[in-house]
Amino acid sequence: MMRILLLVLASLCLPFLAHADSLQPILQDHQKVIAKPSRKTVAPALEALVASGLPSIPEFLQTWQDKGVYTRKSDGFFFYGSKSDGAIQFIDIDTGAALTNVDEKAFKQIKPNGGVRKAIAAALVPFGLSDPNLNRRRDAVQAIAQNMTAAQLPQLRASIDGETDPALRARKVQLSNYLAARFDQNPLDRIAAINAMARDLSVEGRAVLSQILETELVVSETLPSTNVAKRLAVGTDLSSEEAYALLVTHQGLPAQLRPNDIRLALEAHIENAQVGGVPIHNLNETEKRLNAYDRLAENNLVPPRITDTDITTALQTYGLYQVYIEPNAEITEAAKAAQTSVQTRVGVNQFFDLSLDAISLASIYFLAAVGLAITFGVMGVINMAHGEFIMMGAYTGYVVQQIVPDYTIALMIAFPLAFFVTFGAGVAMERLVIRWLYNRPLETLLATFGVSIALQQLAKNIFGTQARPLTSPAWLDGAWIINDVVQISYIRIAIFVLALLFLGLLLFILNKTRLGLEVRAVTQNPRMAASMGINPDRIKMMTFGLGSGIAGIAGVAIGLFAKVTSEMGSDYIVQSFMTVVVGGVGNVWGTLAGAVMIGTFQKGVEWLNPSNTLAAQTYMILFIILFIQFRPKGIIALKGRAAGD
Amino acid sequence: MQKSFIAQNPSVLWFLASLGLFTLIVTILSEATGVGLISTSFVKTLGKVLCLCLIAIAMDVIWGYCGILSLGHFAFFGIGGYAVGMWLMYERTENIVLQSLAERSIPPTPDEVTEAIATQIFGVVGSSEFPAIWAFSHSLTLQLFMVILVPGILALVFGWLAFRSRVAGVYLSILTQAMTLALSLYLFQNASGLRGNNGLSGLQNIPGYEAVPQSVISIAFFWASAMALALGYVLFARVLTGKMGSVIRAIRDDEARVRFLGYHVESYKLFVFTLTAVVSGIAGALYYPQAGIINPAEIAPIASIYLAVWVAIGGRGRLYGAVIGTAFVSLLSSWFTGGGAPNVNLSFYTIQWTEWWLVLLGVSFVAVTLFFPGGIGALFDRFKKERS
Repeated sequence: MMRILLLVLASLCLPFLAHADSLQPILQDHQKVIAKPSRKTVAPALEALVASGLPSIPEFLQTWQDKGVYTRKSDGFFFYGSKSDGAIQFIDIDTGAALTNVDEKAFKQIKPNGGVRKAIAAALVPFGLSDPNLNRRRDAVQAIAQNMTAAQLPQLRASIDGETDPALRARKVQLSNYLAARFDQNPLDRIAAINAMARDLSVEGRAVLSQILETELVVSETLPSTNVAKRLAVGTDLSSEEAYALLVTHQGLPAQLRPNDIRLALEAHIENAQVGGVPIHNLNETEKRLNAYDRLAENNLVPPRITDTDITTALQTYGLYQVYIEPNAEITEAAKAAQTSVQTRVGVNQFFDLSLDAISLASIYFLAAVGLAITFGVMGVINMAHGEFIMMGAYTGYVVQQIVPDYTIALMIAFPLAFFVTFGAGVAMERLVIRWLYNRPLETLLATFGVSIALQQLAKNIFGTQARPLTSPAWLDGAWIINDVVQISYIRIAIFVLALLFLGLLLFILNKTRLGLEVRAVTQNPRMAASMGINPDRIKMMTFGLGSGIAGIAGVAIGLFAKVTSEMGSDYIVQSFMTVVVGGVGNVWGTLAGAVMIGTFQKGVEWLNPSNTLAAQTYMILFIILFIQFRPKGIIALKGRAAGD
Repeated sequence: MQKSFIAQNPSVLWFLASLGLFTLIVTILSEATGVGLISTSFVKTLGKVLCLCLIAIAMDVIWGYCGILSLGHFAFFGIGGYAVGMWLMYERTENIVLQSLAERSIPPTPDEVTEAIATQIFGVVGSSEFPAIWAFSHSLTLQLFMVILVPGILALVFGWLAFRSRVAGVYLSILTQAMTLALSLYLFQNASGLRGNNGLSGLQNIPGYEAVPQSVISIAFFWASAMALALGYVLFARVLTGKMGSVIRAIRDDEARVRFLGYHVESYKLFVFTLTAVVSGIAGALYYPQAGIINPAEIAPIASIYLAVWVAIGGRGRLYGAVIGTAFVSLLSSWFTGGGAPNVNLSFYTIQWTEWWLVLLGVSFVAVTLFFPGGIGALFDRFKKERS
C-alpha cells in the first residue's frame, strides 16, 4: 500500500523534478540577457544561474564564454554548437542529444564581448576551484589572487581539503590566509592571519597589509572617535599651505588667492585707469597690488583676502587626521606590527639583492677592462681602440648568429672566433702602429685613437647605425628567483662565471706558463730578457694579441645583454681605463679590485638616488678622481722594481 | 744681451700680419659690405675656426710646451660657452616675456616677470623656477666674469689636486678625460639646471641688437674672435719667452731634473694649466654665440681628443702649428662632411666621403703620428733649413 502511494507520489513529482533538474527553463527566464549579454545587464542572470546549483552550470558558463552557445531563432531556445568538418553539430543542453536535420541558418551564435567574458570568468571561479582539471583550478586561484573579495573566502577554504596538487594546495592556503586577514568575520582569526604574514615577503602579502592599513583623511575640530592612525602635524608632515588647501577641499573654506587670481580680480575692476583708487602704473609691485585688492574688498567688490592669520586660526580650529578605514584598532595594530616586520625583512633582502647587482655590474666592468689590464696594465700601452675591439667581438657574434641558426652552437662558435678575429686585429695593430711608439706613450694614445675612429666609422659603414641584436640562447633567458625580493637573471650569472673564468685563466697564463714568465720578464726588463734568449718583439706582439682577443670575447658577452652598435666601444673605454687605474696597474687582481669597487660604489649611489643613473655615474667618476689623489698607484700597488718608474 | 720680445719671436709678427690680412679680406668679401662672395654662414664657420684655433694654441702650450696631455680642455671651452649662453638666453627671453606681459592691462610685478622667464626657459625640463646657478644670469658683466672665473677655479682645484699627488703622463690624461666625462654626464641631467640634453639655444640672437642683420653680427664676432686669437697668441708667446718659458720647456723634457734644480714644478704646471683653461673658456664664450646652440654632447671626451689631434697634425711645440693644424683639419672636415668633396667612383664601389671621411681622418692621423711626428709645422722648419 505504502509502496503504491510512494510510486504515485513519485510519478506526480516527476515532471516537476525534471524541470528542477534542467537548465533550459532557467536560461529561458533570462533569455534576452543571455542571448544579447552586456557587461551591465549580465549580473542578475549569472547570479540566478549560480544560485540554481545545477551540476551543468560550469559547463554552460564555460561554453558560453568560449562562444559555443547558439540560440534558435524560432523559439529562443539555447543549444551547444560544435564545429566539425565545416558543419555545426547542435546539442541539446539538458539531454546531450544531438539534433538531426537542422538548418544552420535557423540558429544564431552568441558572442559575449570582453567585459561579459570577464564577468562569466568571475562567476566560474568557485566552480574552477574544485574542477578536476588542474589548469582550470590554477586559473581560478589566479583569478582570486587578482581580485580578492569577501565571498571567496568560504569557497576557497572549502576547496583546500580536496586539493590533490601539493603546490596548488600551498598556494590556496596562502591565499585563504590573505583573504582571512582582510575579510574574516572573527577579529581574532583575522589577527591570527595577519600575524602569520609577518614573515611573508611577497608583493601580494605586502599589498594585503597595506590594504588593511588604508587610511582616509578626516578634517575635524575634535579627535574623531574612529580608529585614528595619526594627526598630521602642520610644518613637518605637510606645509601650512598644503594643509589649508586640504581644508578648502574637505571643509569648504574659501580658497587662498594666488598672485594670478589677484591680478585677474584687479583687471576686472579697472575704473578710470585706477583700481581701488590706486593708479594702474603703480601696480607693478606685489605689495601695492595687495593694498589695491584690500580696498576693493572693503567696498565689497571682491571677497576678502585670506591672510596668514586666517590660515593659522583655521589650522588651529581644525585638525587633519588620517583615519583607518578598518574600524578595529587591534587589527590595524597587528597589521602595523606585521608590516614593520615585513619591511625589515624586505630591507635586508634588498641589501642582498643590491649586493648581487653590484657583483654583476663589477663582473661586467671586469670583463670590459680585463683585456686592458694586460695591454695597458702589463705592457703600458694606451690602447684607445680597446673599446672597438670589444665592438668587433660583438659584431663577430652577430655575424655568426646570422649564419648559424642555433643560438647555443652560434655562441660556442662566436667565442673562439671573436678571440681569433680580435687577436689578429691586435697583432696587426701592434705590428703596424704600436711597435714604433713604445717609448712615446702619449703618441700611442693619439695613434690608437685614430685607429678607433676609423674602426668605428668602418663598422657604421658596414653594419649601419641601428643597433643589432645578439640573442642569447633560450636556456639563458629568465632569472633565478630566490624570493620575491632577491632575483638575478641567468645571463648575469653567466657573465659572472665568465669573469671568474677569465680571472683564473689570466692568472694561470701569467703566473704558471712559459709565456707568462716571458711576458713578465719582458715588461720588467726587456734588455735583460733579450739577453736571456727571449725575443721581446714576439712576446710583446703575443701579449698585445692576447689582451685584444680577450676584449673580443668580452664583446660577445657584453653584446648578449647590451645593444650592439658601432659606438658601444666608446661607452666602455673610459670606464675600463679607470677600472685599471683605480685597481692598480700591472696586476690582474688590481683590475678585479677596481671593478668591484667601482661596481659597488655605483650601485650604492643608485640605491640612494634610484631614479638617476646619470648622477650615479657622475658621482662615481668624481669619486675616482678623488681616490686617485690619495692612492695614485691604485688599490693594489706594485712595490719594488716591478713598479717601474 | 737680452734680445727684445719680437726679435726672439719673429713668428709673432708674421702671424699677426697674416691674421690681420685674412680678417680684412674676409670682411671685404662678406655680405656685410655688399660684396657677398663669402656667405654669412661661412663667415660664421671661419669665426668658429678662429675660436678653435685659440683653444688649440692653449692646448699646444699645455701639451706641446709643458708636456701635459690634457684631455679636459674642451670642458673649459664648454663652460665658457654655457656662461655666456646663460646671459644670452636670459636676456632674450626677458625681452620676449616683457613684450607679451606689456599687453596686459596691469604692469607686471618683478615676481611675475621672473616666473614667466623661468617657465619659458625651463619648461622643457618641467620646471618653472630658476636654479641657483642662474643667480647672475641677468648681468652680462657678471656672466663674462664667470667665463674667466669658473674654468679658472675648476682648473686650479683640479690641477692642484692632480699635480700635488704627482699624477703625470698618461694617468693625468685619463684623469682629465674622466673629469670631462663627469661634467658632460652631469650636464645631461635635467636637474643640473642647464636644461639637460636640450642645452641652451637661440644664442645667435644678440639681445639689444635684434635689428642688426646676422651678416653684420657674424662679422663683428669674426673680428672679436680674430682679436682674441691675436691677443692669446701674443700672451702665450710672451709667457713662453724668457726664463719662464725655458722652465716650462724643461719640465716637458725632464721634470725630475727641473725639480732637483730647485724649481717648484707643481706651481709652474698649475699656472700653465689654469691659464690655458681660462683662455679655453674665453674661446668657448666667443664660439657658441656663433654656433647658436650648446648642449652637453659638445663636452664629451671625444671633443678634447680631437683637439689633441688638430694640434698634433699642425705640429706640437709651435703656436702657429696649432693654428694651421686646427684650421686645416676643421675646414677640411666641414668640406668632407658637408658633402663638398666629390664621391670617388670605383667600378665596384662608390666612396661617399660623408661616410668615409672619418676613416680617412683616422688613418691619416695614424700616419702623421708615425711618419711626421712634427706635423705640418715641421715642413716650415725644413723650408727654413734649406734656405740657410
